[in-house]
Amino acid sequence: MNIYDILGPIMVGPSSSHTAGAVKIGLIAVKLLGIEPKKAEIYLHGSFAATGEGHGTNKAIVAGLLGMQPDDMLIPKSFEIAEKKKLQFKIGQINLKDAHPNTVLLKLTGEDDRQLEIQASSLGGGRIMVNKLDGIDVNFTGESHTLIVHNIDQPGHVAEVTSTLSHKSVNIATMQLYRDKRGGYAVMVIETDQEIPKESVAWLSHLEGIIKVSYLNIEGE
Amino acid sequence: MSYHSIQEILQNCKDKSLLFWETILEDDINSRNISRESSMNKMQSLWDAMLLAGSTYDKKAHSASGLVGGDGGLMEEYYMTNDSLCGNFISKAIAQALQMGESNACMKRIVAAPTAGACGVLPAVLLPLFREKGILSSKIIEALYVAAGIGQIIAQRAYIAGALGGCQAEIGSASAMAAGALVHIKGGDSDQIANSVAMALKNLLGLVCDPVAGLVEVPCVKRNVIGAVNALAAADMALAGIRSKIPADQVIDAMKEVGDSMDASLRETGKGGVAGTPKAQEIVSKLLNKSDH
Repeated sequence: MNIYDILGPIMVGPSSSHTAGAVKIGLIAVKLLGIEPKKAEIYLHGSFAATGEGHGTNKAIVAGLLGMQPDDMLIPKSFEIAEKKKLQFKIGQINLKDAHPNTVLLKLTGEDDRQLEIQASSLGGGRIMVNKLDGIDVNFTGESHTLIVHNIDQPGHVAEVTSTLSHKSVNIATMQLYRDKRGGYAVMVIETDQEIPKESVAWLSHLEGIIKVSYLNIEGE
Repeated sequence: MSYHSIQEILQNCKDKSLLFWETILEDDINSRNISRESSMNKMQSLWDAMLLAGSTYDKKAHSASGLVGGDGGLMEEYYMTNDSLCGNFISKAIAQALQMGESNACMKRIVAAPTAGACGVLPAVLLPLFREKGILSSKIIEALYVAAGIGQIIAQRAYIAGALGGCQAEIGSASAMAAGALVHIKGGDSDQIANSVAMALKNLLGLVCDPVAGLVEVPCVKRNVIGAVNALAAADMALAGIRSKIPADQVIDAMKEVGDSMDASLRETGKGGVAGTPKAQEIVSKLLNKSDH
């Protein structure tokens, strides 16, 4: 946390958690999808479901999916803009187990039919946390450069990824490993201090046993 | 930030002969590894956004629920045509607090300070000073560092979210931040800033978060008024040489203790306090009917 988490963000009201945080979740979901979405299913949980309409949470998430920032004055008009840009969306409610009160589950389909399911929470002050990706538990805020590697759970993939980063002088800040079962589907979430070159991300995604690589880079100051 | 108490900030000011705001600026430069210019440009952009938000109030706009809108306009009309009890300057602060709170509820662009629900407090005292009393932008930017530093200590030792600590954590924190900012603008020293923080926060200790229908509207918009007026009073007291018997850090810790023992119904759940009144329940069922159709 720094002083600009206290003063700021500059945002469209009325709530940093229900509005600004919701926009950020939409933005991060699209970055993780890696392409503009053509379809989105939005399921609101807890306080997002109960007070989301009055707080504009629904409009805020759609605005984020359209690439708007939390201070975009067009957020209240995001439904109309989605229609013009041919983004189909539906909004429903859901009761998730053990989830933060301000949580949303998004099912996105990209222009090229690739899909992503993401569950994320808004923690207050516009800060967010991604909790699940394609059904696997994860834990990252999107405040640092974040590399997400989906792979088959077998020896060597962590070494491939970390040596690639090391070659490019990218320092790892945090690293988390998850899998559904031994030898099954695994996810690596790596937060780094430096930006990861595009070619490294592309190279990793072509390795055998690696299913998918997503990369979230943060905008510079 | 590397400071965990107001006391540590005061000590650093003393050790290095720095002003309160310079200590916070120096810390931002070090902790984010950025230039002085980059930090100050960012603060300038926040001030620009506050000014813009203050000038784009629309007194005809109402929130989606219809619960708030127009009050900032009424207050402005009132002090322009009447001899208000609070006098010209405080009346302007009241109007500004209402206007910013209403703009927020109407999904206009604001600056969260420290939260969106409390976004009216700092502008309510800073904009009238800037417009009416000829305070320079550069001075206000210094004051915003003071406010940010205070807010950060409160966020670290306690909290700034109503869902965690009640409205004392939002409007209370904003009021303490504004009080410190005001003391700096009026030439008070670091010690006086700390005293203003302690007094402002003490006065709002125990304030509950009880939004009707869970929306940042009632009573949130008008709570910004008490945050602003309380900040002005606490700053004037500190500038007069009045001291808080309890040091700022201990008041912040007390705020956490009060918040921790606050019933969940009074922490942004929309259940207790004014949110639990029969009228509020009536409003909730009307809103539910509206969204069904």
